[in-house]
Amino acid sequence: MLRVEGLHSGYGRIQALHGVDISVAEGEIVALVGANGAGKTTLLMTICGNPRASAGRVLLGGEDITTLPTHHIMRRGLAHSPEGRRIFARMSVLENLQMGAALGDPAHFAGDLDKVLELFPRLKERLAQRGGTLSGGEQQMLAIGRALMSRPKVLLLDEPSLGLAPLVVRQIFEIVAAINRDQGVTVFLVEQNAFHALKLAHRGYVMVNGRVTMTGSGADLLANPEIRAQYLDGGAP
Amino acid sequence: MKRRLLDATLAALVAGLLAVPMLGFRLVDSATGLSLSGRPELVAWAAALVFAGRLGLGFLRPAFAALSLPALPAPPGNLRSIAGWALTLFALVLPFLPFADRNLVDKATLVLIYVMLGWGLNIVVGLAGLLDLGFVAFYAVGAYSYALLSQTFGLSFWVCLPLAGLLSASFGIALGFPVLRLRGDYLAIVTLGFGEIIRVILQNWQNVTGGPNGISGIERPSLFGLSFKMVPPEGHQTFAGFFGLDFSADHRVIFLYFLILALALLTNLFTLRIRRLPIGRAWEALREDEIACRSLGINPTLVKLSAFAIGAMFAGFAGSFFATRQGFISPESFTFIESAVILAIVVLGGMGSQIGIVLAALLLIGLPEWFRELQQFRMLAFGGAMVLIMLWKPSGLLSNREPTIRLGGRA
Repeated sequence: MLRVEGLHSGYGRIQALHGVDISVAEGEIVALVGANGAGKTTLLMTICGNPRASAGRVLLGGEDITTLPTHHIMRRGLAHSPEGRRIFARMSVLENLQMGAALGDPAHFAGDLDKVLELFPRLKERLAQRGGTLSGGEQQMLAIGRALMSRPKVLLLDEPSLGLAPLVVRQIFEIVAAINRDQGVTVFLVEQNAFHALKLAHRGYVMVNGRVTMTGSGADLLANPEIRAQYLDGGAP
Repeated sequence: MKRRLLDATLAALVAGLLAVPMLGFRLVDSATGLSLSGRPELVAWAAALVFAGRLGLGFLRPAFAALSLPALPAPPGNLRSIAGWALTLFALVLPFLPFADRNLVDKATLVLIYVMLGWGLNIVVGLAGLLDLGFVAFYAVGAYSYALLSQTFGLSFWVCLPLAGLLSASFGIALGFPVLRLRGDYLAIVTLGFGEIIRVILQNWQNVTGGPNGISGIERPSLFGLSFKMVPPEGHQTFAGFFGLDFSADHRVIFLYFLILALALLTNLFTLRIRRLPIGRAWEALREDEIACRSLGINPTLVKLSAFAIGAMFAGFAGSFFATRQGFISPESFTFIESAVILAIVVLGGMGSQIGIVLAALLLIGLPEWFRELQQFRMLAFGGAMVLIMLWKPSGLLSNREPTIRLGGRA
């Protein structure tokens, strides 16, 4: 579904990715874990075409999207819930969701809205509220809900657990699993919270300094002593 | 206590320093030529006044904080729309009210020009969040477009109006392209420069724009061919003659008033409608977060350019109206201070609020006009009023935003 081949990218002269290969099959949840500054967010942003890849290719459903402008990429069934949520703070929750459907067929809007609100009942209570007045967890739900409004085939999630209480993190990950299971959306997840991410994911990749160093099934990676030592022990619940 | 004294001393010091060049010297024209005479007592007065004022403020502020102005309850949506209708109705009957003399209608016309400019700039600044300090450039383009088109080709106001809007819009796009990547302060500086470029061109392109002398004798508009002149041009009738009225110069003043009212209402209607369309929502989303917009598949280039172009178009309409009302334009009418005033109207009104802009325009344009008796203290009062509003309502007079869509009801 989504393939990244030998991707190089960076900001100006600073190279952040040094030849990354990743593939996500249809219907999978794939997690990419790594420390701060490993290049996880850069990878997602490069998939979306901003910044541009300096070498390598990004394929979505077999089509090369490496050089397409961002707004064209997003029209091809990709949705991105960006790092730090980036909801529209002064617009209401409903308007935020509406923006998510900006590219879609207006005829689908009501049905898609019901689906999203079913996944996130909390948002339903807050539809008229301004996005900026939501709690962190609710904002994350809104960001994911907004991304879902475009009926994506592939959902890119950037650090959905950022700054959230453990209980809320668990809740969000359960919802992500449900989105994948019930709606058949392929999920590519980027996380620092390796424990939750790998538990959820079918497969995982570990990224260090702009390179993928390890890959395997989520369970295998979780059991790997090296990963336990680096990302899990001490930090995990 | 000590802190307040220190604070007041500091303020007095600053005031004194500022007063030295502004109040401390006076040019004296004597037999031997010009000489400077010092006026240290004025500087001392200024410093003393500021000291006392600052100290007083220091004491009053806790009292004020305890008392605090009643926070205005957020007006519910329908109240605001009722106020809007009431204001519109009032504007419609204003020229026929008993106390409305020619002077009042003329001033109301001026206020309406700024309301329209404010509504135009509101699209760029309030909705799309692109800080534009050179908005007056588009106003100028509209005014000169009309003046030149009408004088060179003899086109009527009604033909020129859309052309002027179109020309202004294309200037908006011309400005938009180079600044696509800029935001905030950087954008403000570039737009400021753009405004000055236009003004300087108008001033120096002698054989087209008439340079600093401007363009005079600009054709006045007619109502479906009915002229408002005493003696109509050949083949035309006068307005007064057609309706069997006695000729009065007031007819034209009232006609101009209704013309700008119609143009302003058009701007308002347009904004209210477009906010609910995808492009309008995209403007607001872009103001909130550009990266999120990109990741939702919105093309920021298109969104920004359309905001610049449409805002500029309305400024162009207003400019055409200005030219036809004045009958004379020169680069002096399009200086930076105009941009600043329009921006102040938008900011004081509460970014994005249509009625707020009307109130702010009344306050900033109307009041100084009515208080001409204050003479040189007029601008002082103007500045003071602005400071007070910003202290009282830091986000503008009416700042809460109406959502454009609600569930299970009309938006």
